[in-house]
Amino acid sequence: MRTLALIKRILLQIVRDKRTLALLFIAPLLILTLMNLVFNGKTVKPILGIENGSQQLIESFKEVDIVAQEYVDISDIEHAISKYNLDGFLQIDGTETTLTLLNEDPTVAKSLEMKVKQVISKEVQFKLTGTNQSNDHIQTNYIYGSSDTKIFDTFSPILVGFFVFFFVFLISGIGLLNERTTGTLERLMATPIRRGEIVAAYLIGYGLLAFLQTVIVVLFSINVLDIILVGSFWNVILINVIVAIVALSLGILLSSFASSEFQMVQFIPLVIVPQIFFSGIFSIEGMADWLQVLAKLMPLYYAADALKGVMYKGATLSEISNDLYILLAFAVVFIILNLFALKRYRKL
Amino acid sequence: MNQTISIQNVSKSFGKKVVLKDINFEIMEGRIYGFIGPSGAGKTTLVKMIVGMDVPDQGSIYLLGEKMPNLNMLQQIGYMAQSDALYKELTGKENLMFFASLYHLNKLERKSRIEYAAKLVNLTADLNKKVSAYSGGMRRRLSLAIALIQNPKVLILDEPTVGIDPELRLSIWNELLRLKNEEGKTIIVTTHVMDEADKCDYISMVREGSLIATGTPDQLKEKYKAHNLDEVFLAAGRLINENSSAY
Repeated sequence: MRTLALIKRILLQIVRDKRTLALLFIAPLLILTLMNLVFNGKTVKPILGIENGSQQLIESFKEVDIVAQEYVDISDIEHAISKYNLDGFLQIDGTETTLTLLNEDPTVAKSLEMKVKQVISKEVQFKLTGTNQSNDHIQTNYIYGSSDTKIFDTFSPILVGFFVFFFVFLISGIGLLNERTTGTLERLMATPIRRGEIVAAYLIGYGLLAFLQTVIVVLFSINVLDIILVGSFWNVILINVIVAIVALSLGILLSSFASSEFQMVQFIPLVIVPQIFFSGIFSIEGMADWLQVLAKLMPLYYAADALKGVMYKGATLSEISNDLYILLAFAVVFIILNLFALKRYRKL
Repeated sequence: MNQTISIQNVSKSFGKKVVLKDINFEIMEGRIYGFIGPSGAGKTTLVKMIVGMDVPDQGSIYLLGEKMPNLNMLQQIGYMAQSDALYKELTGKENLMFFASLYHLNKLERKSRIEYAAKLVNLTADLNKKVSAYSGGMRRRLSLAIALIQNPKVLILDEPTVGIDPELRLSIWNELLRLKNEEGKTIIVTTHVMDEADKCDYISMVREGSLIATGTPDQLKEKYKAHNLDEVFLAAGRLINENSSAY
């Protein structure tokens, strides 16, 4: 009953606050759309300058999506690269072959270097055997996704979880913080309400908002942005609701260590940003052992694993159940700590 | 006459700072008690311990025979904090409704109590405005209305008339007197306005964590041979200072 009254009040406050509503429901869509556009941009063909290359060689370059431009009598390669806006320059002088790379963007440079080496070695092979019958016709199969898989497909599930975590953390934390700073929390403690009822109301009230947010974000991602969803839609919602509960309980817990909204925002670089590093956007396997241990202390690590499992790999509920249990354990710990943190206001 | 609140040997310190020193005090039913003293004297701490929001380091506090803190007794205490603890995004009515639903009241009681409390503090016409649009005085009045919402036996008001104009202050005091006389409520008020203290049945002067003088306003004036409470307060304070410098 009292919990219900508190939930009603929390929702009413949020509905009155149009900007917070927009932050909850529109900001994630905006950022997802933007990231989708940024990551799905077309790859630009690298431009390679060539001196003394055969016609055959230039044809081969075209096949592997390199724009090859011929130049003669280039003495200053560095100058030529900057003058003609090239990504690299290949100089063939008899048996001596020199490749100069601009290396402004390491990814472009690496892929160009690899392709050039491939083409040249094929050339050499051709000269030796006189045939062009290389066995490069390899059939490729994909376990997850397809040849059309874009990088955004693999980390959009992580982003969905991240948004839920981030916005719910911030808004619920600031919500309870406002109760502290305006004195209403203390005032509440002069009523017969129990500490558990306050925590429950915050969890349910903001949990409802998080549920709505998740539904909107997931529906938008799938239908408008065409992000792949192999597994069940409801599993995605379930994961995100659990993520929201973790974020909520962490948010309201940390709000007791903040004395102003600004101090609450200061938790973002401490609590939110490190979680991005360990959420799987960057490969965790390649990290040092102690860092991998650290990753396992981050709620978002499990959230990302479960979300990527369901959305990209089509995992079933039983396959992600371990992740969910660990997330729930995080939530339980935070909730218990919250009950203790509220003791500051009333011993009962 | 029944005893409503009993404060027994209560001491409290925050860290090394002693806020209250060995307070003993009895509060009788149907009387208005005033705690007067400068800011930082320990009035608010004392009041919070009566409500049960804080626990004494030593000693105990009983309210209506129950040892505080006690969740069930909070139904019987109407508390008005020093700062207005209101939800500014909500209207006055929504604030009242919210606090009303935290107490054991049925729907009908809730409705009539909201109407009564709003009328008492003259806010009926402004109930549907958001609190953010209220003036300081209106907020204070709404806080008072909230303190009265569950029809408590004991009213604890921490500086209730700060920022309220004289006319409204008078009407609030008239209402407090009516609540005392007709409904037999016990009322505790902290204040540093001396002419308000004059309206209390008993006053206690709080200074540096001790009750330096207690009695009816007339008793105190007589004791310190003063014309008004201001003089009493100064005289009592001087006495304390002399005593402490004598050591």
